[in-house]
Amino acid sequence: MTGILKLAYKLLVNDKAKFTALLVGITFAVFLIVQMTAMFAGTMKRASATVINLGASMWIMDPAVQTVAQTTGMPDYVLDAVRSMQGVSYAVPFYSGGALVKLADGTFQSVTVIGLDDTSLFGRPQLIQGKIEDIYGENAFIVVKDPEFPKLGNPHVGTEFQVNDHRGVIVGIAKVASSGLFGVPTLYTTFERALQYLPNPRFTIAYVLVEPKSSSDVLHIKQQVQTLGYLAVTKDEFIDRISNFYMYQTGFGTNMLIMTVMSFVVGLSISGQTFYTFVLENLEKFGALKAIGAKSHELVFMILFQAGFTALTGYGLGIGLCVLLITLAKRRLPDYAALITYWNLGLAFVMVVVIAAISSYFGVRKVLRIEPFDIFRG
Amino acid sequence: MPDLAIKATGVVKWFGEGEAKTQALREVSLDAYFGEMLYIVGPSGSGKTTLLSVLSGILRPDSGSVTVEGTDIWNLGSDKLADFRLHKIGFVFQDYHLFPRLSTAENVAIPLILNRKNWRAAIVEATKYLDIVGLKGRAELPPVKLSGGEQQRVAIARAIAGQPEIMIMDEPTASLDGDTGVAIVGFVKKNILNDKRCILIVTHDDRISEFATRILKMQDGRLIGTEKGGSI
Repeated sequence: MTGILKLAYKLLVNDKAKFTALLVGITFAVFLIVQMTAMFAGTMKRASATVINLGASMWIMDPAVQTVAQTTGMPDYVLDAVRSMQGVSYAVPFYSGGALVKLADGTFQSVTVIGLDDTSLFGRPQLIQGKIEDIYGENAFIVVKDPEFPKLGNPHVGTEFQVNDHRGVIVGIAKVASSGLFGVPTLYTTFERALQYLPNPRFTIAYVLVEPKSSSDVLHIKQQVQTLGYLAVTKDEFIDRISNFYMYQTGFGTNMLIMTVMSFVVGLSISGQTFYTFVLENLEKFGALKAIGAKSHELVFMILFQAGFTALTGYGLGIGLCVLLITLAKRRLPDYAALITYWNLGLAFVMVVVIAAISSYFGVRKVLRIEPFDIFRG
Repeated sequence: MPDLAIKATGVVKWFGEGEAKTQALREVSLDAYFGEMLYIVGPSGSGKTTLLSVLSGILRPDSGSVTVEGTDIWNLGSDKLADFRLHKIGFVFQDYHLFPRLSTAENVAIPLILNRKNWRAAIVEATKYLDIVGLKGRAELPPVKLSGGEQQRVAIARAIAGQPEIMIMDEPTASLDGDTGVAIVGFVKKNILNDKRCILIVTHDDRISEFATRILKMQDGRLIGTEKGGSI
C-alpha cells in the first residue's frame, strides 16, 4: 500500500499550483481559527487572573458577582460564619479594588489594589525582590512585575508614590502566573491597609477565600453558604463563571464564535473547491487507474491520503504561522492577550479534519462514479 | 492450433433508457487465440470499443459470457475483476492517459505499484520495459516532454509492465502521423506479440492492416465477417 500512497503523494505535490492553493487555504483557515480562539483563551485567562494568581480553593461572594473585578461587599459576619462551618480548614477575607496612583512625574495611573489577609497573607505572590514581611511596614505595597509594570515608571524597592493621596512605598517586586485583563498595574498590600487607602462602602469584604478540609466538604460548605444568602464556588467554577459572563453577556464570545465559523467557512471554501477541482482534473487519470486494475477502495484511500496529507501539512503551517505571529506580537505588545491551548489546537484539528472530510467526500463520490469505460469512450 | 485466449458468446449490450435506448452489441460471439494480433474494425458507432471494453472486463454486458483462459470474467466480483485486469490485461488507451506530473518511468511502473511492488523496485523494473520500447534514456522525463510516438511507446511499456497475456489497444495510431503509427504497430507485432500473448486492436487505420493476423469486421453491433489479415 505504501507504493499507492507514494503515487497519491506524487500526483498531489507535483501539481504545484493546486497543492499550493490547497495549502494556502488550509493554512489560512487554521491560522484564523487558532488566532481567534487563542485570543479568546488569552482574554479569558486574563479575566480570571486574580483567581488563578491567588490560588484559593473556594471563593465566597455575593450572588450578584459575575467577574472578579466586579465586587459587592459582604458584612464581617459572613467571614465569622464561614470560619465556624463544618469542613472549613480556614477562611480569610480578601479585598480587591481600584485606586489612582500619582507618580513621581505628577501623572496619574489607575491600579488594582489587592488586600491580603493581615494574619496569613494567604494568596501572596511570589517575590522576586524584597521580603514578604516588609508588607507590614508603614505604607508598604508590593508591585507585580507584569506587562503593566512600566506604567508605574518601572519602580524598584524603595520607590515612593501616592495612592489615593496617601503615601505609598514599594517594599517588594513580585511575579504572578497571569496578568490582568484591564491593562492596569497591580499592587498587593494587607487587607487593613487596603481599607485605609481606598474609599469603601459599608461592607468591606469583597470575597472570603476558603480552604476546605477535604474535597468532600465542598458541597456541604456551598449549601451552608447558600443559607446565608451568599454564593460559594470552587476556583474552577469561578473561572467558568467569569468566562461565561464574557462569553454570553458581553457579545465577546459570540463575536469570537462568528469569526471562528467564518474562518472555517473560508478554509472549507478555498480548500474544498480546490481539492474538488484537483480531483476533477485528475478524474480521467483515476478512471485509467481503475481500468488498469486499481480497486475502488484503493482509489478512495489515495484521495483520503491526499486530503489528509494536505490538511495535516496546512494544520502544521497554520499553527506555526500563528505561533510566530503571537510571539512577534507579544514582543511588541506585552499586553497582547493570546494564548494557544490544547483546546485551541484540538478545535482547529477537528475543523481541519472536517474540511478534509468534506473536500474529499465530493472527490470520492466522483471517483467512485467514474467508469473505466468512459476512459475508453474518451 | 494455438490456445484459446478469449471466448465471447452471445454478448449483448444496451445503452440508454426509454426511447433513447440503443443496442450496441447484438449477440456477438468470437474466439481470440494466443499469438494472434486481432483487429476489430468497422465504422464509428459499430460497437468496436464497446466490444473491446466487454472483453477486457471494463464494461458489464447485459447478457452473454466472456471467458478468458477458461474463467468467466463477468462472474467475478468487482475486486477480483480489478485483479483480473491488473494481472491479465494491458491497456493502451487512445489518448494514452499518461500522468503528466509523473516521470515516464513512474508512469510505466503504475501496474507494478498497483500490484503491491515496492516503489523503488517498480521503477527499476519499469526502466526495463522502457528499454524494450527504446526509451530508457527518457525515464526521468515527464511524458509531456515526449513526442506523440514516444508517448505511445510509454503507454505500450506501461501496458506490458504487468506482463499481461492480453493486450488491448484502442485506436493506437489515431494520434500519430502515418509513418509513426505504422512503426509503432510494427514494433508491437515484432517485440510484444508472442505465442503466450494475444493482442486486440480497435482501429480505422488501413495503413497498419498488414500486421493483423485476423480482422473482425463490425457493423451495427454485429460481427459481419472475419478475414485473415489484409485490407481494413
